[in-house]
Amino acid sequence: MIEVQEITKQYGEKVVLDKVGMQFNRGKITSLIGGNGAGKSTLLSIISRLLSQDGGVVLVDEKNITEYKSKMLAQRLSILKQSNHIRLKLTVRELVSFGRFPYSQEKLTKEDIKMVDRAIDFLNLKEIEHSYIDELSGGQKQRAYMAMVVAQDTEYILLDEPLNNLDMKHSVQTMKIMRKLADELGKTIIIVLHDINFASHYSDYIVALKNGKIIYHDTTENIIQEDVLKDVFDINIKICEFDSKRICNYF
Amino acid sequence: MLAAVSLFVGVADVSAAVVSISRIPRTAALILAGVGMSVSGVIMQQMTQNKFVSPTTAGTLEAAKMGLLIFLIFTPTAGVSLKMLSAFLFTFLASMIFLAIVRKIKHRNIIFVPLVGLMFGGIVGSISTFFAVQLNIVQDTNAWMMGDFSGILQGRYELIYLTLPAIIITYLYANKFTVIGMGEEFSRNLGLNYNYIMNIGLFCVSLTVSSVVITAGAIPFLGLIVPNVVSLLFGDNLKKTLPIVALSGAIFLLICDIIGRVVIYPYEVPIGVTVSIFGSIIFLFLMLWKRL
Repeated sequence: MIEVQEITKQYGEKVVLDKVGMQFNRGKITSLIGGNGAGKSTLLSIISRLLSQDGGVVLVDEKNITEYKSKMLAQRLSILKQSNHIRLKLTVRELVSFGRFPYSQEKLTKEDIKMVDRAIDFLNLKEIEHSYIDELSGGQKQRAYMAMVVAQDTEYILLDEPLNNLDMKHSVQTMKIMRKLADELGKTIIIVLHDINFASHYSDYIVALKNGKIIYHDTTENIIQEDVLKDVFDINIKICEFDSKRICNYF
Repeated sequence: MLAAVSLFVGVADVSAAVVSISRIPRTAALILAGVGMSVSGVIMQQMTQNKFVSPTTAGTLEAAKMGLLIFLIFTPTAGVSLKMLSAFLFTFLASMIFLAIVRKIKHRNIIFVPLVGLMFGGIVGSISTFFAVQLNIVQDTNAWMMGDFSGILQGRYELIYLTLPAIIITYLYANKFTVIGMGEEFSRNLGLNYNYIMNIGLFCVSLTVSSVVITAGAIPFLGLIVPNVVSLLFGDNLKKTLPIVALSGAIFLLICDIIGRVVIYPYEVPIGVTVSIFGSIIFLFLMLWKRL
């Protein structure tokens, strides 16, 4: 389980996270929502040790992340950030193979190759496994990066705005893959989302941040409420039920 | 094959003594310098995530020169190992400063970073030139820096073997250097000790560049062109491409050397000149081909 306690982060005078504490449920998808500058991405970066906090601790399976060897932590927790553009000319298969780096560094074992094959199949990349990633479309690239994370085979998967720059088809595809990862492989997924309808449709739990604080943390149906969302985003949102899923209209 | 040609080209009289004293050392030095400079180029490109960074475009060569100069000013009579140490320390320090500058740059434009490197090299170079002018040794310093293998004789080139450990380390760490090239956040996600590998890279580059500069002088462009051509043709998975880079670097340098020795036989053109001519032409083609 991932637990954060009293996480504080400041940039100069500006407090980005103010004593944030919570636990993330295992085997479920938890979405982080909130306006720009609410602290969602910062929280995700701190949990994944890409950014160090000014106060508080992050516990992964009851152990402080600073006590993990970086290799061991990389076998438990992976993060995919949208801003990561690899400029290297690697084939899809080579990229996915680097997901096994925390386990075998310089030489892939049979077990690693099996995991790479599984990841490639899981994301339907078999046909393009020998193409270079810089020649792929945005949607294919996204799938290649996700395959790398799948090959890394971590219990916890963190994603920072994975739907940015994706069209509707690929956004839906991405979220369906997340669902499959949680439901079939039992992964715990934490995801920063901007589109409230994607959060409503695909996540089990929603955490709402505002001004560096967690203001709500509950099941999706308890968060997707007109009064709650108004409080989070400061705009009026109408909610309609459609095929037993709630759709928010905020236009 | 090329190595064999290199052994015998431009030699007026081939005898066993000449071969062992001058020919074999020369060919060995050429191969090691070729491999070393192109492999250093690859590591620097991975560390800065920029295809146009190389010992030529990051002030590394100028730093080695400064190290030599400082050595000459303060302890001109000390042995060759101190000379090596001085050049090594200066290259290491300069590469560290350059990396620190690159990390401070927010928008790492592909052209901007090497430009900063060139400016940085210019600053280091001008300081060296200032001291050289004061001491009236400008011509000497220029002569060191002109890549030239004609002075290589048994007993005067062995320092270049210091490139071997650097090359071996690079190969053993190939995957780690590929991961470094994905950026700091990606490296951390994969559990790589980023700073540690960066320091290993710095060490290997400094060792290689300083020992090549001491033995043969500056060999420009090699660390820029060879890695880029190999990357275009074979990609950036270093485990796969490092041997190709090493081989191509050696071949390119051997060819340049043979040409340099043949065109004005029985004299020879310094290899720095031939490499620069071919290097700049290939570089221009690269720029146009990649449409940068």
